[in-house]
Amino acid sequence: MTEWTQKHLLDLDDVSRDEIELVIETARSFKEVSAREVKKVPALRGKTVALLFFEPSTRTRVSFELAAKRLSADTLSIAASASSVTKGESVLDTALNIEAMNVDAMVVRHQASGVPQILAQGTKTVIINAGDGCRAHPTQALLDVFTMVDKLGPLDGKKVVIVGDILHSRVARSNISALLTMGAHVVVCGPSTLMPCGVEGLGVEVTTRIDRALDGADVVMALRMQKERQNELFLPSITEYIREFCITSERLKKARPTALVMHPGPTNRGVEIAADVADGAQSVILEQVTNGIAVRMAVLYLLLGRKTE
Amino acid sequence: MLLIKNARIINASGELPGLKDILIEDGKITRISQGLACDGAVVMDAAGKAVMPGFIDLHVHLREPGREDKETIASGSRAAVKGGFTSIFAMPNTTPAMDTAQVVQFVFDQAKKVGLVNVYPVGAITKNRDGAQLTEMMDLRRAGCLAVTDDGKSVMNAGLMRRAMEYAGMAGLLVMQHCQDPSLTGAGVMNESLVCTRLGLKGDPVVAETVIVARDIELAHYLGTPIHFMHISAARSVELIRRAKKEGIPVTAEAAPHHFSLSDEAVKGFDTATKVAPPLRGMADVVAVKEGLKDGTIDCIATDHAPHTQEDKELDFDAAPPGLIGLETAFGLVMKELVDAGILTLPQAIDKLSFAPARIAGLADKGVIAEGKDADMVIMDVEKEWLVRRDDFCSKSRNSPFIGWTLKGCVDTTICGGKVVYP
Repeated sequence: MTEWTQKHLLDLDDVSRDEIELVIETARSFKEVSAREVKKVPALRGKTVALLFFEPSTRTRVSFELAAKRLSADTLSIAASASSVTKGESVLDTALNIEAMNVDAMVVRHQASGVPQILAQGTKTVIINAGDGCRAHPTQALLDVFTMVDKLGPLDGKKVVIVGDILHSRVARSNISALLTMGAHVVVCGPSTLMPCGVEGLGVEVTTRIDRALDGADVVMALRMQKERQNELFLPSITEYIREFCITSERLKKARPTALVMHPGPTNRGVEIAADVADGAQSVILEQVTNGIAVRMAVLYLLLGRKTE
Repeated sequence: MLLIKNARIINASGELPGLKDILIEDGKITRISQGLACDGAVVMDAAGKAVMPGFIDLHVHLREPGREDKETIASGSRAAVKGGFTSIFAMPNTTPAMDTAQVVQFVFDQAKKVGLVNVYPVGAITKNRDGAQLTEMMDLRRAGCLAVTDDGKSVMNAGLMRRAMEYAGMAGLLVMQHCQDPSLTGAGVMNESLVCTRLGLKGDPVVAETVIVARDIELAHYLGTPIHFMHISAARSVELIRRAKKEGIPVTAEAAPHHFSLSDEAVKGFDTATKVAPPLRGMADVVAVKEGLKDGTIDCIATDHAPHTQEDKELDFDAAPPGLIGLETAFGLVMKELVDAGILTLPQAIDKLSFAPARIAGLADKGVIAEGKDADMVIMDVEKEWLVRRDDFCSKSRNSPFIGWTLKGCVDTTICGGKVVYP
């Protein structure tokens, strides 16, 4: 019987297959909670979860907040722009001050990679990474894997394709980690200028050809293409990106008929994914959001709830 | 159908023994043998003259669209076939620049209307060749480009050059670099040497070229993507390229006839036809370019044919635009300066003019006279000497420093796609 033994959730590199499956199993039971009339269980009653979002976010922050509240925890939310970070207070100092108010966990998002590690080393509180720089977004990958397993069953040997700006994507990195752990065959596809150095070394197949990538795919995950990239020397134009990489219904035909279409959101319709594909029968984009609450409830529960009271 | 009889076929790989007949059907060489006959074919007697694969020039300025007063795709094509060229690569520094599929398509369409040579528009690396933002290279590739360059300028932002090489690699386009750091060239109008000191002209030092050659060799080494250096003029550049090739770095290089035929001494009369970028260099550089051609460091010869009107060139040396025409004098200079001088054999010269450019550009069916290949060829009177006369040029422009020279090797007939396109 697997136990969750890690104090923090910083990334998925040291999380085993059994542990991921434990999260999935736990999330499954919490998914049911969100469908009830009274969306609450007392599992984390009396616990306090602080949300430290140094980088703006709506969906992830709200998702964590709802997850904590549905477990009956108290939440407090700090947005960097409205805090004394603007007065020059360091990230660690902010965290130590919050810790001094006896919170049980800090959910942290920051634009710099490595901040959750710094906080895990510098404080005594449980740290949950909600996304740091380009490095990791573990709960996103967990909810993505949950969604895939929920729809397709075990992922062994399944072809999962991630399309877009891999270089800047923490979602891609965490998904690669989790999916390889779960036995999937991962393909990354995007412009050569947006492929991270040595990415093959992570154990994935790399291609710049969308048709080759999508051929026989079980899952197609589109990443958001930031319009700023064309100004940063990486791309000639968004127009060319769309022409070469946008997931259209025509391109999707190359994948299996049962293939899932996924996106971590927010989507740029017409850029990385066509509107009719985002809204189409194969799209599970909104289910990802629903599953996100359940998965985050599972993570909070596993990290905070099962310590003996 | 065309049947060429009694041809002395010379390829880059060598001369075929005896005289052969060449049968051409539907633009392809279908048979090479002795004693061929074919009903309905137009018969042409080469009478023992050399027949070589049509020359391929990777570097030509056709000036259209934008400066049709200097040259057009039509007049440039006529100059090309007179010089024995059957494929020419058109540089993108037109107005508008060849930085979109639409302009590329225009050049293809014009060339098709002219119907003389294969014209390959080379796309720009950056929009408007401004060195700031990449062009839509996938679209350029789809429109038919085989290569990209910002010729006339180097891409100076190393970070952007890195992205350009990565992106062009994805698009399957050859990156061609004009190597010149403008901050080192400064106001230089000729080679920086004792000659420019005596002439009182500002110097453009060889290091303006070598720093870009060195930088891009490093990028090619790091990325593993190929780079082609255009108009190499300096001994030091040749040495850098030689070492890079020894290391297995994917670099290729071209040199222009004026860089192995003239030194900076030629500027002494202030003839603006000797003003060119990169400039005519010192004797040691000229010798090194010849040596580079001989040992294969420099893969091919490209003319950098750069027509300018009389009005443009009639200015003082500082004000005149750089560039000289070269399509019609290229082979003659190759014969005189390289083959007769014992630096290259005739097959080696054909390698530089035809086979190697085809290989570099990825033109698999060109650059060689063989069954199944495209019927692009030149019947050449190799021994004939001729005087370069101002009024004989087919180009619209006359900016050549070789007027009055006696050259060797005269084109008798040029055939492109199985059609006689010259005379």
